[in-house]
Amino acid sequence: MIFQKLGELLAVFGPLSFLTVGGGQSIVSDIHRQSVAVHAWMDDGEFLDLFALSRITPGPGSLLVTLVGWHVAGFTGALLASAAIFLPCSVLVYGLARLWARFQHTPWIRAIEAGLVPVAAGMILAASATLLRAAEGGPWAWSVAAASTLALMFTRINAFLVLGLGGGVFWLALG
Amino acid sequence: MNNDNETSPRPVPSLAAIFTAFSKIGLTSFGGGLSGWMMREFVLRRAWITEEEFLSGLALAQSFPGVNVVNLAIWIGFRLRGGPGAAMGALGIVVPPMFVAIGLAALFSQLKESHTLHVVLAGVAAAAVGLSLQTGIRAARRAARQIVPLLVMTLTFIALFLLKLPLLWVVAAMAPLSIGIAWLRLRKAGASA
Repeated sequence: MIFQKLGELLAVFGPLSFLTVGGGQSIVSDIHRQSVAVHAWMDDGEFLDLFALSRITPGPGSLLVTLVGWHVAGFTGALLASAAIFLPCSVLVYGLARLWARFQHTPWIRAIEAGLVPVAAGMILAASATLLRAAEGGPWAWSVAAASTLALMFTRINAFLVLGLGGGVFWLALG
Repeated sequence: MNNDNETSPRPVPSLAAIFTAFSKIGLTSFGGGLSGWMMREFVLRRAWITEEEFLSGLALAQSFPGVNVVNLAIWIGFRLRGGPGAAMGALGIVVPPMFVAIGLAALFSQLKESHTLHVVLAGVAAAAVGLSLQTGIRAARRAARQIVPLLVMTLTFIALFLLKLPLLWVVAAMAPLSIGIAWLRLRKAGASA
């Protein structure tokens, strides 16, 4: 029984490892479908709890997979599901990085690196704007975000302190 | 290795230092925007890699399959210390937060009822936007030095944020365009030099 569940975890998350393109949000809907409808590991409410938890946990958002594994098959499930989602794509990217290093000083690689900078800039700005749009607290969220941006750009303030201050402001204002 | 022609020698951190640095990023980054944390830590504070390397690595990490931040950790780790560096980067960013996630899941039934906790976390998330925005503004200043990269950046932003097009399509359209233009510019610069 436990081996069957572990096998299911591998079969679900191994292939998803290659589909996590663009922010990880793309696979959340499929994790939901597989966990609730296909394998009946949990119901909708349990899935949403795990999702919320994965958002407030430090580290990669993809740790949702770890939590699903933990829910399905305990600690072994958590480790196995994590390995299944992180390992296959990591090996692929490692291969790419090796290839990159070999051709590092060729004109094409330099063109690719220079050409990707403005694309990355647009992506980061869009991600920031999306986070702001989704943030709870309205004007409070925008003010805290603006203040933390300025503090990080113009001072050498510890970033962790900035987050603590953000939490503190919300606690005093809205708690 | 063909790195002999690198002009400025860069610090080469130990494997333990790489693991510790990525663990720190993994454990202290809440509310998304891990790439902002990485940029602050590895480009600005430690100067392990250049801003240009970081940004091109970021765009690549996001457009290739796989968990983006893990891709980026592998990328940076590999550039610092080859294969073992890549492994330390990936393990550092995944494993310690994984144990925290499991621990929090075990405590979750008590945590989820608290209104105060929810409000504080929303504040932390708002402040975390600053990290992402700081990285974006720095990258934008680099891109805005010439008109074409500025246009590419603006179009990418509009496509993603306003039109909400899938990232994969946007990168698949903008990256080849931008790389082609950079190629022409580099060739022209090479010819006139």
